[in-house]
Amino acid sequence: MSCNKEIIKLMHKYLDEELSITEEKKLRSHLQSCQGCQDHFRELTRTVALLKSSSNMQPSTSFTANVMSNLPKEKKHLSYIRWFKSHSFITAAAIFFLFMLGSIFSIWDEDGQLSVSKDHNVIINDYTVIVPEGVIIDGDLVVKNGDLKIDGAVNGNVTLINGEHLMASAGNISGEIEQVNQVFEWMWYHLKRIGKSVFDLTN
Amino acid sequence: MDEKIRLKIRQVKKGDQSAFEDVVTFYQDKVYQICYRMVGNAYEAEDLAQEAFIRAYVNIHSFDDKRKFSTWLFRIATNLTIDRIRKKKPDYFLDAEVRGTDGLDMYSQLANENPLPEEELESLELQSYIQQQIMSLPTKYRSIIALRFVDERSLAEISEILNIPIGTVKTRIHRGREALRKKLRDV
Repeated sequence: MSCNKEIIKLMHKYLDEELSITEEKKLRSHLQSCQGCQDHFRELTRTVALLKSSSNMQPSTSFTANVMSNLPKEKKHLSYIRWFKSHSFITAAAIFFLFMLGSIFSIWDEDGQLSVSKDHNVIINDYTVIVPEGVIIDGDLVVKNGDLKIDGAVNGNVTLINGEHLMASAGNISGEIEQVNQVFEWMWYHLKRIGKSVFDLTN
Repeated sequence: MDEKIRLKIRQVKKGDQSAFEDVVTFYQDKVYQICYRMVGNAYEAEDLAQEAFIRAYVNIHSFDDKRKFSTWLFRIATNLTIDRIRKKKPDYFLDAEVRGTDGLDMYSQLANENPLPEEELESLELQSYIQQQIMSLPTKYRSIIALRFVDERSLAEISEILNIPIGTVKTRIHRGREALRKKLRDV
């Protein structure tokens, strides 16, 4: 402490990393010759080291969460958009499913009218389709929104959608009888049909 | 890293709140340490640091993208802390010296989980002693010491953060260093 202020100023300049080469030489040569300044310089560098080393305090682990929960609320639609962006696969699947469901229901609702796949040789009486006696239908028969009465015979599968098979004399039908009355059954029937046609195509 | 933060800030500006989370995580230690250096109390430092981040978020549109984000953020934090200290009663400093044993509080908390080795206990005591010495300095020195020794900010940056001339920054660092040299000589 006994030396002049200029040397001490140089020490601080050194610690601020602002010392020129000539100034550094001056400081160095003085420190070699002066014990007092050497101690002063050592104490200063040690102080700096202590200050730097002891600054590793950390905030609580919930710091970020606390900040985030205290932020003013952002606009709602932005958070939705971001959710959709980050869950794009779920979003796509949900949209696809919605359209699927929509189209199936609309098809289901659409035809409330009775229809028969082959209307030759059959009699339509109100909501009942009758295959008269002596008539043989070659191929599959599909009846929508109506009941079916078979007095003759069908050489193939019979499918009834939203209707009943009134005459259970199964001997008249060479293939299978299938009745579809619920929307889910109907969907299942459609899926099976799609599956079948795909399968048929591959054959 | 800077580029990543820059991107996050841009997202925050567009209204994406969740992007701010990464910004907080990245800077929380530094902001907390700067506040702690100035108030000398862990609880208060945490409160101030959180407030600083919330203010940064609310005022994010006034941040100029071309400038350094940390400079802007630290400015908010130091201003907030200086304000808080100013509003305190004058007996705050006495109060703080007692609370300077905060390190001991923290030690006792940690001790429940696993006892600290000898050296760590010593270093905790040393840290709390150093902090006590910093607390005995006026606020204007503490803020500069916090910025200079927590994050090793350049003198020019400190002058920008605190909005004081670089010459004043230098003088205060020199005086602060000399004052602490005398106080920490016997450690």
